[in-house]
Amino acid sequence: MTAMQPALRLEGIVKTFPGVRALDGVSFDVMPGEVHALMGENGAGKSTLMKVLGGIHQPDAGRIIVNEVPVQMATPLEAKAKGIVFIHQELSLAEELSVAENIYLGELPCKSFGRVDWALLYERTNDILKRLNVGFNAKTLVGDLSIANQQMVEIARALTHDAKAVIFDEPTASLTDAEKVVLFDVIDDLKAAGVGIIYISHRMEEIFKITDRISVLRDGSYRGTLTTCDTDQDAVTHLMIGRALDLSRSAAQHELGDVAIEVRGLCCGKLFQDVHFEVRRGEVLGFYGLVGAGRTEIAETLFGLRSPSAGEILLNGQPVSIASPADAIAMGISLVPEDRKGQGLILGMNCRDNMTLPQISDLTAGPFVAEGSEIAIFDQYRDKLDIRTPGWKQQVGNLSGGNQQKIVIGKWLSMRPDILIVDEPTRGIDVGSKSEIHNLIRDLAAQGYAVIVISSEMPEVLHVSDRIVAMYSGRVMRTFAANEVTEDNLIQAISGIGGDRVA
Amino acid sequence: MTALTRQDIGRLLARQGILFAFVAFMVAFTLANGRFLAPDNVMGVIRSSAILGVMALGVTFVVISGNLDLSVGSMMSFSTIVVLDLHDKIGPALAIPAMFALTMCLGALIGFLVGYLRLNSLIVTLGMLSAIYGLTLTWSGGKNMDIADKAGTWFGVFGQSSVLGVPVPILMFGGLAVVLAFMLAKTPFGRKVYAVGGNGVAATFSGIPRARIVFLCYVLSSFCVATAGLMQASRSMGSQNTVGQGLELSVLAAVILGGASLMGGSGTIFKTVIGVLILGFIQNGLLLVGLQFYVQYVVTWVIIILAVWLDIAVKRGRLWSPIA
Repeated sequence: MTAMQPALRLEGIVKTFPGVRALDGVSFDVMPGEVHALMGENGAGKSTLMKVLGGIHQPDAGRIIVNEVPVQMATPLEAKAKGIVFIHQELSLAEELSVAENIYLGELPCKSFGRVDWALLYERTNDILKRLNVGFNAKTLVGDLSIANQQMVEIARALTHDAKAVIFDEPTASLTDAEKVVLFDVIDDLKAAGVGIIYISHRMEEIFKITDRISVLRDGSYRGTLTTCDTDQDAVTHLMIGRALDLSRSAAQHELGDVAIEVRGLCCGKLFQDVHFEVRRGEVLGFYGLVGAGRTEIAETLFGLRSPSAGEILLNGQPVSIASPADAIAMGISLVPEDRKGQGLILGMNCRDNMTLPQISDLTAGPFVAEGSEIAIFDQYRDKLDIRTPGWKQQVGNLSGGNQQKIVIGKWLSMRPDILIVDEPTRGIDVGSKSEIHNLIRDLAAQGYAVIVISSEMPEVLHVSDRIVAMYSGRVMRTFAANEVTEDNLIQAISGIGGDRVA
Repeated sequence: MTALTRQDIGRLLARQGILFAFVAFMVAFTLANGRFLAPDNVMGVIRSSAILGVMALGVTFVVISGNLDLSVGSMMSFSTIVVLDLHDKIGPALAIPAMFALTMCLGALIGFLVGYLRLNSLIVTLGMLSAIYGLTLTWSGGKNMDIADKAGTWFGVFGQSSVLGVPVPILMFGGLAVVLAFMLAKTPFGRKVYAVGGNGVAATFSGIPRARIVFLCYVLSSFCVATAGLMQASRSMGSQNTVGQGLELSVLAAVILGGASLMGGSGTIFKTVIGVLILGFIQNGLLLVGLQFYVQYVVTWVIIILAVWLDIAVKRGRLWSPIA
């Protein structure tokens, strides 16, 4: 026994669902003051493990030990009371209430006759906010805060309790780089206060920057724990997927075709202004920029979801007006949207129906849907994209993130578009599927598609794009050719510094 | 097979609970009154459920598209009064299409408000419930409507006659159920209804015109209501202004009982028909065991609560789930 006791220890956690052994004897521990990464592909069992820790699922076997005391948690409230606090990717705050009310919701300090002691409430809240070093105060309405600051409110809420372990679930998914720095500072403070931290993320750079140890799950079982400073990305990846990953840059090897789409001086109110670019057949044009730089809005305009306030869109040299997604589809434009579950899929529908939805009106025999043709399309793209599902009847909500994304991509490829726009192609999906999707994008370009890729991940943009448009605050700062882009000049361009404006 | 755990039983109850409850009801009623399962009683139940059933078919589309229709009862009163009044003025051959056109205009208005103006369907149809009642009373002057020459018209064919021993209302209900079942399950329109109710944003991102689909669901629902009104008017040849009052809740109960989720995106015509029959048998059974007719209003409410609870319980995977 060492002198220090783990803040949180898991011993042989087993959880079985009908037909699936979701967790198969998972054991690891988190020391006080340690940042412990939990990694694994989607479907590896991370979410189930978190639900067990959060009191949502009960383990079939195994023990959860907090500060050397075995605990049982039947509800999320009990988990909180035992000192296990979650910072979720999806925030759970009341937007119409103030920061202070959100932080102390359910336990507001009271005076006589049940009156809230506002002075004490604001004082306590401001004490905590001071520790976090944030730019808002106790009285600010949560709805007025940015996502990053709302996350700070969640963290502040965790600090009001005597938290033994804080679990961060993909905390940086919607944060800008500057906001990430603040978050990492807060995590450092928590460390210093002796809290054990479990940090779940797909982003390797972050993992290597802030964590002390890395535990890996694969297929529901525990694959080992590595000490961060003694290992590297390849080793972690190998543990996660059982093979090495190739992320080297791959430029176009083939001839480019004609200009498929050209955009001239496109504006949409305050969202973006004076946007110029063109994409040739066989080319991947990457869009890189911070969240809110206007990239997604450009994609939505090209897909008929927003109307431009000025400017022109030319397809094959002809000016067109795209008034609705139906127009865009008819003109050969497909959009794989950024929010897979919210915009891309109908989770309660089966795989086949999701995939054929945009063309359902054309897949008919008499008045009825030609289900045979539908199944043929599904089979074709399941094989082509290597979608792993028991069959077309499977509800897409039951698939892993990577396979869901492939369904969305298949849905749009089966439309045989001229122009494919992919917004955040690999958000929230595991490393293995990520590289498959990158290869797929390159293949599509090689087959002559004009592809636009929007991404917030620099390695991804650098990896898949032939040229890169850097955006900042609704404007195109610079368009880079493959041979002139470096990480440094790209970061400068999207931060609004330097970057001569080249249209 | 291993023994069932408590969890398994809970899951099974949650999923098939309505069926268990129904079987328990049927057994209890049959024991209490031997006539319950007699062929003429069964036929009678189906026949008296037909009008409600036809309305439930249309509401199934509306509910799957993610909306509500609380105006169907009031709208059914309207179509009944209108077709009876026009019958004596312009004759049945013109009165029927005129009534269908007027009723479907009301459906189109609701569809426009909910689909194109994006107003909340609960508010719109609750308001329409009242507005259409007013319209009906204005049309009739508040008086009961009667066909003058009941013996000299063929109008009774939709409510009173039989073909090969099967009452026409049952044939109309069955026929419409088959047509709409195919429309919902097998046509592109039906698929789009599921898509719009399942995830409206994703439907938009797939190029589906959401507003038009919602609009069409309400027009379809009003077509079903007009059919129900025709059956009602034909059966009684005369009517009060309040003939459809309260039916909206029974219709909704049948649709939910069949398993359509109020969140939209799920449900089938077949299940709705089952829901209609369950409701009909329960109400009939209550009468046969000697309870007052009025008890059925309470029972309808209990059934709605039970069905909604089980629907939610299946989603959450547990029966007991207080707001935490």
